[in-house]
Amino acid sequence: MKNPLRSEADAFQFLIGAVIYFAAIAIAGVINTWLGLAVFIVLSAGVLWWWFRSRIEQAPRQTTSAHRGGPGERRILVIANETVGGGPLREQIEERSSGYDTEVLVVSPALNSPIRHWASDEDPAREEARRRLEASLERLRANGIEASGEVGDADPLQAIEDAVRTFGPDEIIISTHPEGRSHWLERGIVTGARERFAVPITHVVVDLDAER
Amino acid sequence: MSAHAHAETHAGHPPEAHQSSRVDARTLGMFLFIASEIMLFGSFFTAYFFVRVAAGTPWPTPPYQLPVFIAGLNTIILVTSSFTMHWALQAIKRGNRAGLKAGLSLTFLLGLTFLLTQITEYARIGFAPYTDAFGTVFFCLTGLHGAHVFVGLTLLLAATIRSFRGHYSEEEHLGVEIPGIYWHFVDVMWIVVYTTVYIL
Repeated sequence: MKNPLRSEADAFQFLIGAVIYFAAIAIAGVINTWLGLAVFIVLSAGVLWWWFRSRIEQAPRQTTSAHRGGPGERRILVIANETVGGGPLREQIEERSSGYDTEVLVVSPALNSPIRHWASDEDPAREEARRRLEASLERLRANGIEASGEVGDADPLQAIEDAVRTFGPDEIIISTHPEGRSHWLERGIVTGARERFAVPITHVVVDLDAER
Repeated sequence: MSAHAHAETHAGHPPEAHQSSRVDARTLGMFLFIASEIMLFGSFFTAYFFVRVAAGTPWPTPPYQLPVFIAGLNTIILVTSSFTMHWALQAIKRGNRAGLKAGLSLTFLLGLTFLLTQITEYARIGFAPYTDAFGTVFFCLTGLHGAHVFVGLTLLLAATIRSFRGHYSEEEHLGVEIPGIYWHFVDVMWIVVYTTVYIL
C-alpha cells in the first residue's frame, strides 16, 4: 500500500492545501453561488489531474539492500510460490552460496483471489502459503539446503520489497514456472523486480511437471 | 550454510505483524485512526447536507445568525496553531529544545483559546440543539469538532509536559509527531466545518 501521507510534514502540507482550496471556494461562493460552484469544480478537477499525473510521472524508485554480516557471509532471498525445491533452483542456490557462509530466506507470497483481497479475507491465503512454504523448506532440506521461510504479501513485488528491507539480501532469486504456465511471468514480475530493486536478480525457471 | 529455520506458525499465538509499508507502525496507526474519524465526520456531514439541501431547511433558520466573524478569527487561531505545531517538530528535529517547548506551548494555548471561544460562542448564540434541525446539526457538527479539539489538547498537554521534562531528541520525537498529525487533522476538519456551516 502506498500511503499518500506519511509524516507530520505531509499532514501539514495537506493542511496548507486544504486552506487554499476551501478559501478559494468560500471567497468565490460569497461573491456568487455559481462562481463558487465553478471554482469548486475547477479546483477539484485540477487536484485530481495533478494527483493522477504525479502517479504516472513518478520515477521508478529503486530499493537498495545494504550488505549485512561479515565479508564471508551471503544472504540469498528466494521468492517462489510453489516452485521451490525444483532442481534448477537448488543448483542456483548451491552455485551462489559456494565459498560463503550463506543464509537463505524463502518467501512465499500469500496469493489471494481479487474478491477475497477486496474483502480483506486473507487468512486462508496466508494459511495456504504457509503450507506451501513448509513443504518447500522440507524439500530444500531434503536436498541439503537449510533455509528459513516467511509468508509474504499477496503482491509478489511487495513481498520482495518487505523482505529486502527486513532481510537485506545480497541477491534475489525468483523462481517461476516456464513461460506460458507462469502467471508471474505474464504479469511481468521479474521485469518489474529488476526495475524496482537495485539488487542482483536471477530468474530460475522450474518445470515441476518435467521433474516428476 | 547456516541452519536458520523459523517457518511461520499459528499455534497458540498471533502471527508476526505483517510489514507492507515503510511508515512507522505507530504513525500508520494514527493515519488509520484519522481515516476512521473522517468517516465519522462524513456521517455528520451527510446529516448536514440532508437537512440543508434535501429538506431545504433555511440556513441559518431566521431570526438566528451565525457568528461568522468570531468563528473566522477562531479559524485563524487554529490554523496558526498548526504552524506553531510544525515549528515545534522542526525545532526538535534540529535539536532546538527551546523551539520545541515554545512551539508546543503556543500550540496548546492557541488550541485552548479556540475551545474557550467556541464555548463562549455556544453560550451567546441564541439557539440550542433542540431548537430545530438546523440547531441540532450545527451543535452536533461543531460539538463533534470541539470534542476532537479537546482530545488534541490532551495529547498536546502530554507532549508539552514531556518536552519540559527533557523528553524527545533529534532522533526520538514520535511523541511530538503523532499529536502533530492529529492536530493538523483537527484543523483540516475545522476548515471544512467553517466553510460549509458558517460561510456557504
